[in-house]
Amino acid sequence: MTTFWTIWISVITLGSIAGSYYLLRWALSNKTGVKEGESMGHEYDGIIEINNQLPRWWTIMFYITIVWGLAYLALYPGLGAYKGLLGWQSSNQTILSLEESEAALKASIESGALIQYDREIKFANEKFDPIFAEYAKVDVETLATNPEHKEALKVGQRLFIQNCAQCHGSDARGQNGGFPNLTDNDWLYGGSGAKIVETLQRGRNAVMPAWIDAFGEEGIKEVVEYTLSLSGRQVNQALASKGKTRFMACAACHGMDGKGNQMMGAPNLTDNIWLYGGSKRAVTETLTYGRNGVMPAFNKTLGDDKIHVVASYIYSLSNK
Amino acid sequence: MSETTQVQPNYNYKVVRQFTVMTVIWGIIGMSIGLLLAIQLFAPALNFDTPWLTYSRLRPLHTNAVIFAFGGCALFATSYYVVQRTSQVRLFSDKLAAFTFWGWQAVIVSAVVTLPLGLTSSKEYAELEWPIDILITLVWVAYIINFFGTLIVRKTSHIYVANWFFGAFMLTVAVLHIGNSMAIPVSFFKSYSIYAGAVDAMMQWWYGHNAVGFFLTAGFLGMMYYFVPKQAGRPVYSYRLSIIHFWALISLYIWAGPHHLHYTALPDWTQSLGMVMSIILFVPSWGGMINGIMTLSGAWHKLRTDPVLRFLIVSLSFYGMSTFEGPMMAIKTVNALSHYTDWTIGHVHSGALGWVAMVSIGSVYHLIPILFGVPKMHSTALVNVHFWLATIGVVLYIVAMWMSGVLQGLMWRAVNADGTLTYSFVESLEASKPFYVLRAIGGVFVVVGMLIMAYNCYKTIRGSKAQLVDNSAVATA
Repeated sequence: MTTFWTIWISVITLGSIAGSYYLLRWALSNKTGVKEGESMGHEYDGIIEINNQLPRWWTIMFYITIVWGLAYLALYPGLGAYKGLLGWQSSNQTILSLEESEAALKASIESGALIQYDREIKFANEKFDPIFAEYAKVDVETLATNPEHKEALKVGQRLFIQNCAQCHGSDARGQNGGFPNLTDNDWLYGGSGAKIVETLQRGRNAVMPAWIDAFGEEGIKEVVEYTLSLSGRQVNQALASKGKTRFMACAACHGMDGKGNQMMGAPNLTDNIWLYGGSKRAVTETLTYGRNGVMPAFNKTLGDDKIHVVASYIYSLSNK
Repeated sequence: MSETTQVQPNYNYKVVRQFTVMTVIWGIIGMSIGLLLAIQLFAPALNFDTPWLTYSRLRPLHTNAVIFAFGGCALFATSYYVVQRTSQVRLFSDKLAAFTFWGWQAVIVSAVVTLPLGLTSSKEYAELEWPIDILITLVWVAYIINFFGTLIVRKTSHIYVANWFFGAFMLTVAVLHIGNSMAIPVSFFKSYSIYAGAVDAMMQWWYGHNAVGFFLTAGFLGMMYYFVPKQAGRPVYSYRLSIIHFWALISLYIWAGPHHLHYTALPDWTQSLGMVMSIILFVPSWGGMINGIMTLSGAWHKLRTDPVLRFLIVSLSFYGMSTFEGPMMAIKTVNALSHYTDWTIGHVHSGALGWVAMVSIGSVYHLIPILFGVPKMHSTALVNVHFWLATIGVVLYIVAMWMSGVLQGLMWRAVNADGTLTYSFVESLEASKPFYVLRAIGGVFVVVGMLIMAYNCYKTIRGSKAQLVDNSAVATA
């Protein structure tokens, strides 16, 4: 902020407060030329006004708020670029990127600067990190299945509800539209503790390409019939057998038997579990336009130890 | 009353009558939409799976209808009436008056059509798209010319305090509307704000808070300064208090917008300034309440028999309550609890239903018999019934929202021993449900009261012989 704006802000701010103060002094001193308690001598449509003194308690409140306001503006930022005597800030206000923010957070925690957000983070880390560090010493599978660690699973569930339930649902059963059910032991990228942790830490980007250009509308129809037949659905056999030849192209990811490939997150097409719906129409749409599934990375948001606890909770859902 | 013996100038009552009747009609429409929305919050199926009746489209229609249609018509009616009566002169221009009436109705009807269709600038309380914004500007300039023109040709020595408030309201709303609505049109129905990011948010709340400060406070204080002393038959308590509270109110209010953006990307210095000025503002705000209520001193017994006066005095109590609550909520630490919760909704409605609606309703009950040349309202008993329905309705509404809001604030910040949040958002929503039902019951009281008012006004107007005869006949008689 330039000096001009700091002066501009200070002048109109302090000017408004000073103006209110002087007007209050003027009103208290009765310069109207009319005795107190008498009519001002104007009359408007039958209404007259009395020249009464201002209530004392009200005047005192006015003084108190003015003094309080000036004190606050001296202590805290308010008058343009002036930082206030306390040096308080809500957060590192000039930060423009996540990297800068992390560096500034670290620096201000070390220097003990009065930055509210950083102080709260420091307080929370000191208080809660040891709890999660303790949980992280036990591997995901044991934490999930050993009754000794029931408390950890409750913590994991709460973290899940606040961070994951928006897409996967409060009961973790997912929802149509690309949000997998996490309770059914059908895993896109693998269901071992290590794999779940990896998914949470790095996130996942799934790409199903659009096939309309390669197959044409008729070809899509055939592949849809064949795909549905893999899950044992009633289909048009003539179309399905044509679709089977075209499925060679799909096999690159989904495998010749259609059982998918967890290395690349290609879903198993034989188990009648559908990420984007299993109706003929939904599968046609998937094949025609393709799909892009995104699971965000949580390493920056939750950190390793909390991810460990969430992963245990998720693991426990399908490994009772 | 004394004015029957005076020779009255030839006032333009036609425009006052038009705006007064529309105040009642838009009041019923705006509040009924509010009631539907209140019910949708616990019975979402009531949008009937249509896009036009979804909460998101009806909510701006509700706010626009109650603020600008109901409140706006009440302000037009009373300011045109008061400026004539206290200046002892007819309105500056009848043509401009007619233009403001029909123009303002056109603005409201456009809102009723465009908002459910989803045409919106997305700026809160300023959702209307740019062609309607231009019409608003034209009507507003005509209003200002007509009002100040009348003041210029006035026959009284000074300008009465009610007119200071009306004048400040008109000028500031013009500045706010033009400043905030600056946009680049890309088609007839779509425009984009010229502001971006935190600046856009600041402009929005500079406008938004002063829509409350100047439209819903200064304007209605103008109304209060005429109708309270008039209905009570008492002099205004303190001339000097009216001066200090007027100037302090209008100079401090304009700063308060940033308190809507505490703990956001708005710079710290802006947030601090908004908070400091909001708190100093508390005292001048109460100046108006004190002046209104003290005006009644020596006439308290009239409250027992006059429900119209009751409306006016209770409105001042709600005004005092919400102008204490507002600065308190502007304190950052309090705001950390109250922000984004139903507490804010409760606060707004204690101002909007308790203060704005009640002072307007009281003023309309004062005006209708005078405007239509009858001695009194068709039924004073029904005015009394309306008073109790409105009071109980507002109390139910704001108490429900306080409880729901504080509950939400506490649930959102509750933390377990391990640092995780105790409740998920949906749990706080479940906890709010009974209060949403209670709030809707309060809303039913308010809307039923308005319907009784409409019936009472209809009977009063039908009973009038001098119906819609311009009052030149009365004046020459």
